[in-house]
Amino acid sequence: MTAVGADQRQQLAYVATQAADARLNVEIETEGMTLNIGPQHPATHGTLRLVARLDGEQVVEAEPIMGYMHRGYEKLTEVRTYPQVTTLINRIDWLGSFANEVPFILAAEKLMEVEAPPRAQWIRTALFELSRIANITLFLGDMAVQLGALTPVFMAFRDREFVLNQIEAVTGGRFHPNFDRIGGLKDDLPKGWINDTKQAMEKIRDFCDEFEELVLGNEIFQARSRGIGIVPAAVGLSYGLSGANIRASGVDWDLRRDGHEALAYNHLDWRVWTHPEGDSFARYWVRLQETREATHMVEQLLDGLPSGPIMAKVPRIIKVPAGEAYAATENPLGKMGYYIVSKGDLVPFRVKIRSASFSNISITPWLLKGVYVPDIITILASLYFILGDIDR
Amino acid sequence: MSPAAVVSGLLAVEVPYWASSTIKLGVVALIVPTAALVLGYVFLLKMMSFMQSRLGPMEAGPYGTLQLLADGLKFIQKEDIFPEKADRTVFALAPLVVLISTFLIYVVIPTGPDAVVAQLDVGIFYALAVSSLSVVGILMAGWASANKYALMGGLRAAGQLIAYELPLVLAVMGVVIQAGTLDLQKIVTAQATGEIFGWGGIGNPFILTQFAGFFIFLVAVQAELTQPPFDMPVAESEIVGGYQVEYTGFRFLFFFMGEFGTAFAFAALAVVLFLGGWALPWGDIEHWAFNIVGPVIMLVKVLAVAALIFWFRFTYPRLREDQLQRLAWKVLIPLSLANIVVTGIFKVVL
Repeated sequence: MTAVGADQRQQLAYVATQAADARLNVEIETEGMTLNIGPQHPATHGTLRLVARLDGEQVVEAEPIMGYMHRGYEKLTEVRTYPQVTTLINRIDWLGSFANEVPFILAAEKLMEVEAPPRAQWIRTALFELSRIANITLFLGDMAVQLGALTPVFMAFRDREFVLNQIEAVTGGRFHPNFDRIGGLKDDLPKGWINDTKQAMEKIRDFCDEFEELVLGNEIFQARSRGIGIVPAAVGLSYGLSGANIRASGVDWDLRRDGHEALAYNHLDWRVWTHPEGDSFARYWVRLQETREATHMVEQLLDGLPSGPIMAKVPRIIKVPAGEAYAATENPLGKMGYYIVSKGDLVPFRVKIRSASFSNISITPWLLKGVYVPDIITILASLYFILGDIDR
Repeated sequence: MSPAAVVSGLLAVEVPYWASSTIKLGVVALIVPTAALVLGYVFLLKMMSFMQSRLGPMEAGPYGTLQLLADGLKFIQKEDIFPEKADRTVFALAPLVVLISTFLIYVVIPTGPDAVVAQLDVGIFYALAVSSLSVVGILMAGWASANKYALMGGLRAAGQLIAYELPLVLAVMGVVIQAGTLDLQKIVTAQATGEIFGWGGIGNPFILTQFAGFFIFLVAVQAELTQPPFDMPVAESEIVGGYQVEYTGFRFLFFFMGEFGTAFAFAALAVVLFLGGWALPWGDIEHWAFNIVGPVIMLVKVLAVAALIFWFRFTYPRLREDQLQRLAWKVLIPLSLANIVVTGIFKVVL
């Protein structure tokens, strides 16, 4: 707890200096400016609105305002049967859509007390990691374009295509697979898919190598991201940051390894990447390493794929017994959890969605104090949120 | 590129003053849109697309060559919108100020022994002076738009001016010392007839001795053109286009033409100062044929330099404004001052 105390002292000292600045501004009669960044702004990934109070180009305070894209998914699930819900929740984090389905299905399986057969779990995990790659490759290009480099985002789109093709080959959907079922998966893998996927993983590794030089190795990228938006581990934890955002602050915590869900991660040989610095550069670096790690994980999953059925015995019409269950997984954006309350109907009584971006974005008022306007963009890009994941 | 001079050279006909003035005016008025079209098509549409593994426009005209014309036509058809709170006169004039500063640079750029609109004794001084006028237009646009993003863009442009204008001028100083003149035409002659330690095989293009100057000049030009890595005044991902944010239609087109016209002009200046301009080191550079060959040689060299300028643009991320200031004052200005000192010493010793 001492660390928290120190950070709070730091923050209080910071607020005090800001107050002194404000007094000075009154003395020399400069006037602040309120800048509305968004909801229509290229750097907000959609419709996040940021009200920033500026002193010149320096941010005095900034507040994110969300809800412009609220679609009421938690409420909508209450009038959908369990198999219908996955169609909706695909659209929460639309870049890694398969990953959204998994924790919901896992929670429902807990309630029904069924467990998917091993083959289904392994394929599930492989698709999970593929959606992670599909999600994070875009981040790797996008943050570069937020910092003004035009080219990397096109390379990201180009190489992300290989992964999307593989997801499409299995599920039939590039963005909204809707493939996970309670008790297993909809279909088995198509013929020749394993080899194609391994080739795609090679390409993604090349992509990672390329980006390590092109973006991470670029002096200007480093000048713009190193030391910008530092999140101390204790502060990050107190704001509920998860995923690569908290691992970039040196917290060695990954639900794939530390969680209790029945996915196939225990059978794999992999490591959790962390970075001690906690700045924007560290967040980019961690995500890049995780993408490369994910390609190795997919290969291991495909090599060790057990044979057997892909569907457990479940009734044709799914009625979930009354009760409550929670499942959380390490999604591309961070920890994603579903808390399901069932009254034994065809539909859930209540579903609470814990999405990663909502918590990740909550640190912005703390983080944006005193930075320059260009650094707002760097910090927002490096925190990496998806609007659908904030607003649900 | 003055056809008046070409015509009189070829036919030995005396062209009256009014006619030559009209022709010169026409040439300069035509060259800015042409330069913008060439650079826009070759680099912005095609080179950038190939770097980003896409094809770029392919439909309008063969290989998409007419795309920019189609775009220009579209811009002209658009409604001329003024924001409600805008200062209308200033808002309307700002793109013209930017464009005029571009036109004025072309006046002194020589493309042949006689093919120059106006041969000024203080040519390079004049060119650098009028080129910085464009910041006035940008400030006007930023202020008159009555938009916070535009205002920030305008102020950033003004702040940037302080950072790059000094290195730009100091980088040119080395060339001026070596050539002993401010006249662009004489700088070209000095390079074509110069010798490297008594060997005149390739003349003496100043890039060989002024490589530091050339580098600083290119860096400063990136800032002058508000291109990445120094495109903070427009910064699409931060202040969504900066001073251009409220402009539509043909006024936006003026900004676009100004941007690419200035890129062409600065590439031409770099060619004149460092790469021997329109001349080749062989043959009699006073020969009248250079009035026709000169512009072609010039164009080839300009496209090479422009390729370099745009390569930076499509590759680098954006610096922050304070980082540009730091780069300018702590690196570029000391470097260019050292370059001047070294050049001066060599000038005196040799």
